[in-house]
Amino acid sequence: MPDGALAHPAGHPPAHAAAHPRLQHHFDTLGQQKDAASLGMWVFIAQEIMFFGGMFTAYMVFRMWYPAGFAAASNELDIVLGGINTAVLIGSSLTVAMAVHASQEGRQRQIVWYLVATLVLGVVFLVIKYFEYTAKLFPHHLHAGGEGVLFPAVGWFDVGATPLAAVAPEVRIFMVIYFALTGMHALHMVVGIGILLVILWMARRGAFTPKWYTPVEIFGLYWHFVDIIWIFLFPLLYLVNRHH
Amino acid sequence: MDPQLARVEEHEHEHIVPRSLYYAVFAALMVLTAVTVGAAFVDLGVLNVGVALGIAVVKAALVVLFFMHVKYSSRLVQLVVLASIFWLLILFLITLSDYVTRGWMAAPQLVR
Repeated sequence: MPDGALAHPAGHPPAHAAAHPRLQHHFDTLGQQKDAASLGMWVFIAQEIMFFGGMFTAYMVFRMWYPAGFAAASNELDIVLGGINTAVLIGSSLTVAMAVHASQEGRQRQIVWYLVATLVLGVVFLVIKYFEYTAKLFPHHLHAGGEGVLFPAVGWFDVGATPLAAVAPEVRIFMVIYFALTGMHALHMVVGIGILLVILWMARRGAFTPKWYTPVEIFGLYWHFVDIIWIFLFPLLYLVNRHH
Repeated sequence: MDPQLARVEEHEHEHIVPRSLYYAVFAALMVLTAVTVGAAFVDLGVLNVGVALGIAVVKAALVVLFFMHVKYSSRLVQLVVLASIFWLLILFLITLSDYVTRGWMAAPQLVR
């Protein structure tokens, strides 16, 4: 096989007499190839940590400056919906972990079903988030042109006649940080669901075997990372000063 | 086969975690979520933030170590994970050292 000869100039033969079709020529073994893929994903996640880290830093500075506004604004968020979404995401992390496990053991149908369960939970999360967003952006007690509106031009998050009016500017800062952090998180969920659809399609075609299931593993890393971001967002956004 | 390659091959027999461990981690994550919600409704003074963040760090560690397999990953991956946390702490600590220690950087007055 000329490919093998090129890939192993040092003279040692390829690891597999007939190389696995998924083994790229610049790797010696599937294990080495998978290690390289994992390392690459972790370096990407390190970059993602810094990306969200900037927004978390902004959160810290503004919470230090405006504790009263943050406490008042946080209490406006729906703790039940936030709590359900936390459970939904943790559940989806479990189903992804089980999909990877099923891949390791070559249980083809279970890979598909665990990925479908992950997809359903991911969509449930986004649907709940949609209802939370619309409730905050277009509250039913909206006063046209009222004072204390987050973005007056569009009437976002009206605090006009509520107890929040006293700290309205601080509440607006909290809400901007809330939308920035949860918005970027939700965008990551949308991207994750897009990748998940491709992995699911591959799984249905029986692409993954115990020898090669790198895409499931790498997608799992991404999905778990997005879950971890929410694990920090939930207490920082929903649970500020709940004891009153 | 080249002995070095043979060692690489051997390394490929990766650690398959028993399913029960995943269920245990999931249960721990759910319990910790309930605990963090409960703790938020108890007045612990300045400790409220610390407890909330402490629980979140434990939950994140469980996900990273077991769901993301870092406990069983190569030293190189573990190093990248630790380095990314270290870099995040640099971002937090150096930024906060500025904002916390300078009395003249009081909270800006907001337009009402």
